Amino acid sequence: MKRIFFVAISLAATTLFYTLTVNAADRTIIQNKGSDTLVNVAQAWAEAYRDVDANVAVAVSGGGSGTGIAAMINGTVDIANASRKMKSKEVKMAKGKGQNPIEHVVGYDALAVFIHNNNPANSLSYEQLKSIFGRGGKATKWSDIGLSVPGCKSDEIVVVSRQNNAGTYAYFKKAVLGKKGKFRQGTLDMHGSKDVVDLVEKTPCAIGYSGLAYATDHIKMVCIADQTGGECVNPSVETASDRSYPIARPLFMYTNGEPRGAIKTYLDWVKSDTGQCILLKKGYAPNRDVSCG
Amino acid sequence: MSEIDSLRASMTTDFDSRNMDWYIDKIVQFLVFIAGISAIVFIIGIFAFITLEGFGFLLEDFSFREFFLSPFWEPSDEDAPEYGILALVAGTASVTGLAMIVAIPFSLGAAIFIGEFATGKLRESLKVLVELLAAIPSVVWGFIGLSIMNPLIIDLFDVPVGLNVLNAGIILGLMAAPIMTSIAEDALKAVPDRYREAAEALGATRWQVIYKTVLPAAKNGLLGAVLLGMGRGFGETMAVLMATGHAVNIPDSLFDPVRALTATIAAELGETAVGAPHYQALFTIGIFLFIITFLINLTADLIVRGIRKG
Repeated sequence: MKRIFFVAISLAATTLFYTLTVNAADRTIIQNKGSDTLVNVAQAWAEAYRDVDANVAVAVSGGGSGTGIAAMINGTVDIANASRKMKSKEVKMAKGKGQNPIEHVVGYDALAVFIHNNNPANSLSYEQLKSIFGRGGKATKWSDIGLSVPGCKSDEIVVVSRQNNAGTYAYFKKAVLGKKGKFRQGTLDMHGSKDVVDLVEKTPCAIGYSGLAYATDHIKMVCIADQTGGECVNPSVETASDRSYPIARPLFMYTNGEPRGAIKTYLDWVKSDTGQCILLKKGYAPNRDVSCG
Repeated sequence: MSEIDSLRASMTTDFDSRNMDWYIDKIVQFLVFIAGISAIVFIIGIFAFITLEGFGFLLEDFSFREFFLSPFWEPSDEDAPEYGILALVAGTASVTGLAMIVAIPFSLGAAIFIGEFATGKLRESLKVLVELLAAIPSVVWGFIGLSIMNPLIIDLFDVPVGLNVLNAGIILGLMAAPIMTSIAEDALKAVPDRYREAAEALGATRWQVIYKTVLPAAKNGLLGAVLLGMGRGFGETMAVLMATGHAVNIPDSLFDPVRALTATIAAELGETAVGAPHYQALFTIGIFLFIITFLINLTADLIVRGIRKG
């Protein structure tokens, strides 16, 4: 017992000493918060950046684009990650509070439509997606779009969506349901992209959407067609990069005013070949052509 | 001067003079007073806070008709935000209603057994266990709903998703039952023994004593127990967030996923900008919840007090 106590005390002491010495070395901390879509990449960037400049620490947390943008408006974050553009209202609110958000595109993300592995569908058209996801849409059963899904006895389409503050939610709504479109009542609103994938993986009747980077082998991605029965495009890093996949969105980082000092150096590095190759490795599309070794 | 007089004199001087003990006494008195009224201060402070935060919405975007009668909750839409809580109220009400149907027989049965039948060690250990049950964190209940009830409901009823009214109702019922049991048991204990003795003297069996004498006499207390359990159900957040499926929906069967008022606040508040209409709308839901639970608890309290006096 005594020994455990001693170990705990010495541990605490070393931690304290470490914190003190590190603080003494004038370390800059960049607060980086927001989009769950970007959080994995942001963490990878932060980790790799440690080797670039040991005096700068990037503290990354997720929570959704809404969280990051809210933090930017409230002035509690240096860089906000977002998988959607800031709304005009949000920009106005930020200006009212003395912040001046500047937008930086750091990559692109394809939103994949996920279905259960048992689902025989290979391609779905915009029209079909609208009738499944949209308010007033006619497709509430899989047989409505001419499919029978093994393991889904009730034939009912279980629509999986995201909570209404997610950038993924906002982008999918705009891209698939149109500017005035709204989601149907009774969608299961998951709190994270991974929750959507997990639920669809376990539920034969389900259909959902999430960033391409969350795809696994246990789940099927739908090929998206402009017209029902027409030619379709599979979601991938390549089709997102060359803009042929229709549901791909830019990923943003917002700073308060033009970035300066450590924040500018960090953002430039993120947009550099090294930074963009890290993004590519995580399953997102770079913001320009890069060749990674 | 006699000895007694001198003693009395020294005592009065001791009590009158403002020495250390006098100050300690005053300070303790003040601290106890503060602690005593803190509940009132807190409740007024909390109500003032949520009202202030939600006030902007009540003045600007709020429309009584839309807020209470529209089932569409889409506060983050840029062009046409919708602030209808009808579906959320329906979600909370359906889950709480089912929870009461589950919890009332359980908790009344348990209270009658503990209060009237069990004796000695069995009774004591049952009471401790019921209190332990009440101490299980709600996130653990939510976890049970998510990982045990969900696949169970899918298998048993052959429905696509097991996160629905049934799941959350059962979980919430089990959560409310321990509290209802201990309050109901108190209510049964409050019935004087002479009632039971009189009934037994008239030749009533044990069941007749309970059914004809004890239960009617404890009626108010039992009703209070049910209402307090209901208040608990209304305000519960984490477990319903995890077990309902979190879908804005007016349910037409037990197997429909729904969303509760509390869960909506929990899921969305962290992601809104302070002072935005969405933020204020969530606080308005908070005001609404506060008023409802306040009314439920007040009614329960008045009813329980009624029986203590009578």
